[in-house]
Amino acid sequence: MGYTHSTRTHAKPDLDAIFAALADPTRRAIVARLAEGEATVAELVEPFAMSQPAVSKHLKVLERAGLVSRGRDAQRRPCRLEAQPLAQANQWLERYRKAWEQNFARLDLLLEELKAEDSRPKTVKTRQKRRNHKKY
Amino acid sequence: METRVTGKLKVAAAGDRGVVMTREFHAPRTLVYKAFTTPDLVKRWLAGPEGWTMTVCDIDLQTGGSYRYEWKKDETGEELGMGGVYKEIVPNERIVATEKFDMSWYPGGAVVTTALSEKGGITTLETTVTYDTKEAREAVLRSPMDTGVEASYARLEKLLTTDLA
Repeated sequence: MGYTHSTRTHAKPDLDAIFAALADPTRRAIVARLAEGEATVAELVEPFAMSQPAVSKHLKVLERAGLVSRGRDAQRRPCRLEAQPLAQANQWLERYRKAWEQNFARLDLLLEELKAEDSRPKTVKTRQKRRNHKKY
Repeated sequence: METRVTGKLKVAAAGDRGVVMTREFHAPRTLVYKAFTTPDLVKRWLAGPEGWTMTVCDIDLQTGGSYRYEWKKDETGEELGMGGVYKEIVPNERIVATEKFDMSWYPGGAVVTTALSEKGGITTLETTVTYDTKEAREAVLRSPMDTGVEASYARLEKLLTTDLA
């Protein structure tokens, strides 16, 4: 297969670490920001209204999962998104999501029908037979 | 026709062996539960990709009872089947069942927990799939592009552009 530019030291990325890293909304937002281009920690702090240590902590989790790498420039150490492990995890989750969203869209329509059925008197077939209990 | 957006489906990893899906439905949970457990209704929405039909939907809704789903591709006769056993049932609230596909595209099986909660006429569905092993989830996540399920998903994606309304 040959070598890629990948910086991975393991034979395969740790999917558990990837998924754990992506389970957090702030980290997903950081990933989304880095998808637009690399950024320094200071640049990342701005839109997130978070403290720098808090952002750094999230970055460490992303780094450990192999999703983010840091540049060598000692001053700036820009954060860069490592596309490969992310693509792998996202691709699968997105396929899963789309497949189910399709089913659920159909379920929405079905539920609308069921609601309509429930809320109006229907044909003889579905109408409850009233017992003719006379009180006298 | 306008398709009403009823809620975004979220999918995320859960723990080290699971995947969790959440979604809202604009219907009371009694109806959602009914749609999940009545074979004739299940067939209407769990239809799978375009050109596929759900041919078998057997549900023996009781603890220890089993269920069986089968789909068939009209054109080629290609089939996909899966099934499992109900481990826990709380009507309108919670279903826990095992899941195993005929065609083993991941080792072992999984346990699927379907939980329904209702607030103000909106039902939140939370489905958690817990694979038997970490390796199983890895296998699912890495499932090659040539498996039948993969192909189904690909076909499903095509469906996304279809106006359902």
